This record gives sequence, C-alpha cells and structure tokens, in this order.
Amino acid sequence: MRLRFIVPAFLFVLLGAGFVYALVAIQSGKKDPSAVPSALIGKPAPEFALPAPQGFPAGLSAADLKGKVTILNVFASWCPPCHVEHPLLLDLAKEATNGGFQLVGLNWKDKDEKLAAWFKEAGNPFARIGADPDNRVGIDFGVYGAPETFIIDRDAKIVYRYAGPLTQELLRDEIRPLLAKLKK
Amino acid sequence: MIPELGHYALVLALLVAAYQSVAPLLAAARGNALVMATAVPAAQSQFILIATAFAALTYCYVTSDFTVANVAANSHTAKPLLYKISGVWGNHEGSLLLWVLILTLFGAAVATFGANLPPALRARVLSVQGMIGAGFLAFMLFTSNPFLRLDPPPTDGRGLNPLLQDPGLAFHPPFLYLGYVGFSMAFSFAVAALIEGRVDAAWARWVRPWTLAAWGFLTVGIALGSWWAYYELGWGGFWFWDPVENASFMPWLVGTALLHSAVVVEKRDALKSWTILLAILTFGLSLIGTFLVRSGVLTSVHAFAVDPERGIFILALLLLAIGGSLTLYAWRAPALRSSGAGLFKPISREGAMVLNNLLLSVAAATVFLGTLYPLFLDIVGGGKISVGAPYFNSTFVPLMVPLLAAVAIGPMLAWKRGDLPGVLSRLYVAFAAAVFAALLGLWIADWRRALAALGLGLGAWVVAGSVVEWAGRIQLFRVPLGDSARRAFGLPRSFYGMSIAHAALGIVVLGITASSAWQTEVIKVVRPDEWLPVAGYSLRLRDVREVHGPNYVAQQARVDVVRGATPSGEVKPIVVLEPEKRRYPVEGNSTTEAAIHTTFLADLYVVLGDPDANGGWVVRAYYNPLVPWIWGGAIVMFFGGLVSLSDRRHRVGAPKRSASSVPAAAA
Repeated sequence: MRLRFIVPAFLFVLLGAGFVYALVAIQSGKKDPSAVPSALIGKPAPEFALPAPQGFPAGLSAADLKGKVTILNVFASWCPPCHVEHPLLLDLAKEATNGGFQLVGLNWKDKDEKLAAWFKEAGNPFARIGADPDNRVGIDFGVYGAPETFIIDRDAKIVYRYAGPLTQELLRDEIRPLLAKLKK
Repeated sequence: MIPELGHYALVLALLVAAYQSVAPLLAAARGNALVMATAVPAAQSQFILIATAFAALTYCYVTSDFTVANVAANSHTAKPLLYKISGVWGNHEGSLLLWVLILTLFGAAVATFGANLPPALRARVLSVQGMIGAGFLAFMLFTSNPFLRLDPPPTDGRGLNPLLQDPGLAFHPPFLYLGYVGFSMAFSFAVAALIEGRVDAAWARWVRPWTLAAWGFLTVGIALGSWWAYYELGWGGFWFWDPVENASFMPWLVGTALLHSAVVVEKRDALKSWTILLAILTFGLSLIGTFLVRSGVLTSVHAFAVDPERGIFILALLLLAIGGSLTLYAWRAPALRSSGAGLFKPISREGAMVLNNLLLSVAAATVFLGTLYPLFLDIVGGGKISVGAPYFNSTFVPLMVPLLAAVAIGPMLAWKRGDLPGVLSRLYVAFAAAVFAALLGLWIADWRRALAALGLGLGAWVVAGSVVEWAGRIQLFRVPLGDSARRAFGLPRSFYGMSIAHAALGIVVLGITASSAWQTEVIKVVRPDEWLPVAGYSLRLRDVREVHGPNYVAQQARVDVVRGATPSGEVKPIVVLEPEKRRYPVEGNSTTEAAIHTTFLADLYVVLGDPDANGGWVVRAYYNPLVPWIWGGAIVMFFGGLVSLSDRRHRVGAPKRSASSVPAAAA
C-alpha cells in the first residue's frame, strides 16, 4: 500500500470530521449558520436626526441616545412580523421607567398615515419615533429587513443587535439580562 | 389507498435493493453465474417499484390529496397543473424520491443494455448501485417519508414557494439529478473495478458513455438554474457563487476532467488509478453537494428546510460511500498497473489531457475551498465570514486562462509525441481571430478593459481553434471540395462531439466575458410617459396595471421600447415589455418578474420596483451584451455530448478485453 494512495482517504477523514463537528455544533445550538452578527457591535451609533412621523410628538436623533440605555426597534406597518412582536414591545414599554431604559422606534420605509392608523388601534410602545421612509438611517445601521432590534448603551455605543421578531424566550434569556447589566 | 400503495412500493424497493447490494457481489466473488444474473431483474424491478411510488406521489399532487402531509405542505388547489407536478420534486421528500427514481433508472439501464459487459463486472456494478439505492431508500423511509398522512386533513394546502413556480425551475432539478445521480454509474464502475483489481481500455469504453450522459444532463441542469436566477431573481446577474450553485459546479468540473482522463485510459492504457479517483470524487462531490444543501450547515438562498436529523443521516451515507470507496482505493489502487505510463511526453495528446485534468481539479479545489472555508473557520472559532465573488474571480478565472489557451491546441497534438510548433503554425487563423476579437472589444468599449479583451480573445481562440482543426482534418481548400465533403462524412461522431463541445465552451466564455464587462445598469424613478435612455434604447413607462393570475395578483407595468435616443414625436415601439411584481396571497410571498427583450446579441432587461409617493415608479433596466450566448453555449455543449454519445463505438460495444491484462490477485 503506497502512501500516495492513502492521501485521498486521509483528507476525506479530516473533511468528514469537520462535517460531523459542524453538524453536532448546530444541533446542540452552539452554532447557528444563519445568525449574522452586526459589524456595528461595539461601535458608536451613527449620527442622525429624524423627524417624527406625522401625528407623533417626538422625533429621534443621535443626541437622544446619549446618557440613557436605549432599545431601538426598526419596524414598519407593512411588515407582518412587526405586528407579531408588537404586544411584546408594549410590555417592554411598561418596564421602561423601572428598568432605567428608553424604548424608541425607527419607522422604516413606511407611510406616516398607515403607521398612525395602526398605532391608533394597537397602541404606541415608543417614547420617540424617527421616520425613515427612504432608508437613509437604516443603511447606516446596517438594517436589512424589519423588524430588527438594537440595544445601545449610555455612551451611545451599540452593544446588541437582533434581526427578526422578538420572542418571549429572547426577552427572558437575552434582552432583560442585558438591560439589567447595562443599568448598573 | 394510492399513497399507501406508493409507501408499500418504497418498502419493497428497499428490500430488493438490500438483496441487490449483497447477493450479486458475493456471487461474483464465488463465480456463481446463476445468482450473479439475478442482479438484472433486481435492478429492473427496483426501478419499476420506485416508478410506481413516484407515480403515486404525482397522483396525490395532481388530485390535491391533502390527507398526504407532503402535498398539504407544498401544494394548493389554485396552483397551475405544471406546478402541481413540479411541486412533487419542489420539496425535500419528493426531490429525494426523484433522486432515487433516476438512480434506479440508470441501474435498470445498465441491467438492460449492459449485455455486452462481462457478467462479473455487471453484477458488481449493479451491486454497488444497489448499495447506494438501499442507503437513500432507508433515508427516505426513516426520516423523509413523502407518503405520511394527516388526520384531519386541512381544507387547502400551503402552496409552493412562488420563486419555484417557474417553468425554468420546474425542469431544473430533474436535469441536475440526471447529472448528479448519473455520476453514480461512473462511481459504481470504479468501485467494481477496484474490487476486480482491473482497469483496462474496455472498462474505460464502458464507463465513458454513462459519464458523458451524466455530464451532458448536469450541463443543462446548471444552465437552467443559472437562467432561472437570471430572470427570476431580478438582479440581472447569472451566477452568484452561492454555495448551492457551487455544489452543482464542482461535480461538473471534476466530471469534465473524468471525461478526458477516461479517454487516456482507453487509448493509452495510462492514468488508471487517477481516473478511478476522479470517478469516486465526481460522485462524492455530488453527495457532498446534497449534504450541504439539506443539512443546513451552510446558509444559502436556495437551501431546503433545515433539519439536523436528516443532516446526520446524509452525513452517515456520505461517510460510508466516499470513506468506504476511498479506503478501497487506498488498498487496491496500487495494484492497478499502467502499461503506458513510462512513455508520457509532456507535448502530446495525453500530456494535454493531463494539463486539462490538473487545471480542472485545481479549479474544483478552489471552488471547494471557497465554499467550505466559512464553515470551517466558524468551527475553529475564527468568526463569521462569507466568501464571495471577488475570491472566486481572482482564483478561478486565472486558472481558466491556460485551460482555454490549451483547449484549441490539445486536440491537434498527436498521441505519444506531438509537434507543438507545427500545431501552432496551423492555428494561425485561430490566433488571428482571437486578436481580432480582442481588438474589437477594445475598440467598441474602451482600452482600459484589457482583461475583458483577453476573455474575448480566448473565447474566439477556442471557437476558431475547433473550426481550424475540423478544416485541417478534412483538408479543406487543399483537396477538391468533394473530397473534403467525403472526409467530413467519414470523421467519427466522437470527433464532432468533441469539436462542438469545445466550440460551445468558447461561446460560453464570450457570453460571460461580454456580459460581465459591459453590462449597463440604470436605476431611476420614472413617472408615466417619461423616457429613460438605456444603452442605445429608450424606455417609456406607459402605465402600471393590476392583473390577476391563477394564484397571484400582480402589478404589471407596460414599458415601450424604442431604439435610439428619446424620440420627439409619437413612435411605434419595437416591443412593449411587461415586468411584474407578483404577490402570492396563499404563500404570503412576492416575486419580481423581469421582462426581457432579447436579440441574438444582447438582452434588454427591465424590472419594476416600488412606487414612490408622487406617482412615479422605480425602474431598473439592464443592457447585457452577449448574455444569451451563455445559455445558448450550454445547450450547444449538451448537443456536442449527444453527438459524441451517438458514436458507433458506443453502440457496437467495447472490444474484448485483451489477453495481456492480467487480473490482480483476487482479494
């Protein structure tokens, strides 16, 4: 048995071991190939200033993020998952004062009157809303779809990002513990 | 009742496959001709059983039988008939059934048309086929049964992903699988040869037609997939180096290498163990592709629903099939002696084939590395990265330059010792054509696109090289035309097949080069009746209407196209394009339908975007020069394969094995 004939089998053993490891890691929940981390984690939030959508009192700008822990939710009235996560945001809004954070919204690629109609019925969880109809600020935040949720610390640095609708489990396991940590 | 029949046929097929994988193999080792011969009816009945199961599932789809979970999850009563049928393989379970159907089709074909094979070789080949079939049938029955029932059944189905409701994609998987699974024939022949310890010219001659057929189907499958991506995804591009695309491209590259090295085995009795390795790797890469797409270890736009349990099962099959065959290779391949190995000259036909194999395998390795690198970097904790087009363009493309340069030269070299200066001097016409094409490219566009000019030159070189070689063979203009015509009829079809396929490669290269280098893209908000100039055309958005399809609602624009600058008065458009944005209410999904005005030389490609607040619409328009040549070239390439396949020597069968090839000591 000459050595060069064993090389393919040997290389394949390495490859197979890699596949097995990858699959086990995915199954045990250690790795998630579809999770995309934000390039902005640990970086300061981008500079921006957005007016409020028509009929809402307070707009949103980078200055509003300083000195407070902030949950920034990217949402739109046309996005069904945003409607799914909406009750959870209303819950979060009730915890804001005690929890020492503010909940703000980035209304993404939306129409003011549609948003107003939806919130009139469903309620507004946000202390401030910035209207971003043409994705100007969304691009700076690296948003690729609604909904997305960012957590920003007192120094206006982005510490967390989640793409997709919020869930009870996510609030319990990741978001509330992180907020408690940032409050200190 | 019908679903149960299909389910029962699958179980029976598994039993037959289990028998077929063991009994003929043992019988071949003991020389029991009677039991060896049972492999033939076993392979045939396995095909009939799977065909029955497939027909049963198709029946459930056509009649919208929502008591079957698979149908309820992937079909809908309002779906057009074509997509009810293509829905059969538009999901994980059904596509596996199609996979096995094609596997057993090839097995039954060898059993039925392989009467000229030595009985022991045929028994062993069918036995290996039986093993693959048994593995996949077990996979299907234990983790992915397409016939599971629902109780109570839903009133209607959930529908098929709208992106897949498209004629191009309806036929993409069958062709792709005919290719992937067709390579299992080469694999089975390779494993059987390793068991026998014998590879000779006759073996190569038996393997080649199966490999050629699989390769041709895979070519069409990849082309259909790329065509679909081009007009359905609405980005104006045709290839994205996506993991799923790469998964189908790697077996194609290695399979192309296999086609060439099998010729060397046949003609020169050399490169034997290498050819066996290529046969194993070609099918191995097809299996790895299946694993990558269905296990969810890589993310991709077209990956099937992720289920890790299925991933483990496919991985086990993969490890058994490739690991087992490579171990057999390590053990048995050293015994395969090549009589012609000592006589290899670098400048010769076989030398050119070795260069071809080297470049194609390195190219496949680069694609493999780029596809799996993100996965392995993530495993070792190196973080998330994605490898995209820049990597592939800077590694894969340079490898293609020497390959294309050699494609025109190789077939003109003689076996054993070629005359390179002589060949090059005969290729002066092709060289002139290449220089002309390159200069033409520089002149039409601008002098800065030197690389694109090189691509055009190489494409023209390959096309012209094939013509020059043909002209040389028939001594065109050197003997009277009548004599040339007689010679042209006398040339073997395999020669024509090769020349056509090589010329087709040149056509594809021209298409890829021109469309990548000189694409024009315009994105603008236009109001109705406003003109938009695009690369020598002017477009006018006439209006946007709502239209109702069988299972969707669409906003359809009407775009007038005229040639030349914005016209002043009223003109008759040369064509009215109707790009759409479709919304599928059942699936809750939208698709864009690009409208394409194609001439032989270019595509004008229009996509309708979102409306703005002032009554305008975002319109994206592309002008893609020579882009139809990519798919046209692929079809010509497939045709070349067919012509080669029709060669007489494949039909009359292989010659008797020469007495000089001594069988290695039996295991």
